[in-house]
Amino acid sequence: MQIIGRYFLFLHSLIIKRESFNTYVRLIIDECIKVGINSIFIVAIVSTFIGAVTAVQTAYNIVSPLIPNYVVSLVVRDMTLLELAPTITAIVFAGKVGSNISGELGTMRISEQIDALEVMGINSSSFLVLPKIIACLLMYPLLVILAGFLALIGGYLAATLTGAMTPDEFIYGIRADFIEYNVTFALIKSVVFAFLISSISAFTGYFTIGGALEVGRASTKAVTSSCIAILSADYLLAQLLL
Amino acid sequence: MIEIKNIIKDFNNVRVLHGIDGKFLPGQPNLIIGSSGTGKTVLLKCMVGLLAPDEGDVVYDQRNFHKSKKDEIREIRREIGMLFQGGALFDSKNVEQNVSFPLDLLTDTPRDEKLDRVNFVLKRVGLENVNKKMPSEISGGMKKRVGIARAIVNNSRYLYCDEPNSGLDPLTAIVIDHLIEEITEEFNITTIVVTHDMNSVMEIGEYVLFMHQGRKLWEGSKNEILTADVKELQDFVYSNKLLKAVRNEKHV
Repeated sequence: MQIIGRYFLFLHSLIIKRESFNTYVRLIIDECIKVGINSIFIVAIVSTFIGAVTAVQTAYNIVSPLIPNYVVSLVVRDMTLLELAPTITAIVFAGKVGSNISGELGTMRISEQIDALEVMGINSSSFLVLPKIIACLLMYPLLVILAGFLALIGGYLAATLTGAMTPDEFIYGIRADFIEYNVTFALIKSVVFAFLISSISAFTGYFTIGGALEVGRASTKAVTSSCIAILSADYLLAQLLL
Repeated sequence: MIEIKNIIKDFNNVRVLHGIDGKFLPGQPNLIIGSSGTGKTVLLKCMVGLLAPDEGDVVYDQRNFHKSKKDEIREIRREIGMLFQGGALFDSKNVEQNVSFPLDLLTDTPRDEKLDRVNFVLKRVGLENVNKKMPSEISGGMKKRVGIARAIVNNSRYLYCDEPNSGLDPLTAIVIDHLIEEITEEFNITTIVVTHDMNSVMEIGEYVLFMHQGRKLWEGSKNEILTADVKELQDFVYSNKLLKAVRNEKHV
């Protein structure tokens, strides 16, 4: 409970005594490049293969002649939109960006760089953390859209190249019984996950005490705590919004 | 002038500072000395606001730091420059960006003026043609110089130095001491140096506050320290074999 209380106080400290708006613009752009552009490769690889594997495994499990082939791509689409694109990408994002945020802030803490900011009269938490959170909130939904698109491409390639279904069947399945709200749901999840990953990772890194060993521990803790938070929020959002 | 009154600080019910008082000389180098683990850095952190003392006041020219409003605290902090033990330079910024950082964030100085000011302070601390180097590419002594340049670039009124000589060879350490002394005089800054280096004390100690186990045991100038009648201080001063030998020789 004490940690949760400190977490909320930390969030409060981000929004009080901020620097000027112009200061943040440049920082947010830099962070967008770091958390967004630099994550494209890993997100693309993971989502393409997850889409492909989902298509192959669904085709392998649906062997009944009573179930039409296009169901495979329908399943790939809904699984991708509802779960794989926002949630699995969030786990990958927590591993890459979350550990990076925590490690960076932890190193700044133990090398007194955060103290240097405080002595200058700068709100260090707001200056260092707020741009990271905003950048994650801006970039992660875009990564989820990319991940969803590439997962479908991966599924398409796997399903058609292996001969499990024809391209027309796959496209038909993608379009069949499409619920637009699922896209909205995926984007809502992506915003929530982005906030959780960035804020939890920043929290663990910002309050690191000790040396290099503790920075490593903080990074590990950031990833594990983020993953737990993501999965809990995933369940909660599914209950609330579906 | 900086004045501290009855500073008390506890960590986990263990008293680390036992009511420290002191008046630091304005426009002069002031030293806080003592053995490792005696509470010097904790006192320094209380003075710059990185830690809040449990009791006591830190007064900057009649402004009570810890009892001021947040905006006033911010204003006082913007008059403070600090050289950290490891330099605390921002890893992702080069030397020029590090030194320019307080100007970028805290002032509306035009770009050309900022660059002139950065080059001026870098030249003043004896660094030229290193503007584009990253902190990882410069030596420990150079990092300290960049740290000093960053601390004074914004025309600070108060300069704090935490162990400015740690990790430096004796010659470079003396150069840094002299640089701190010269800058203090030249820019009329009130400087407070935390150190356990007796060379620094003898070089620049206009006002010296000696701490032992969280208590102030003695205060005076570098000229008085060698003859001070405090056992702990004598043990500290003459812990160096060379100084001890010189003292024994004098007695003989």
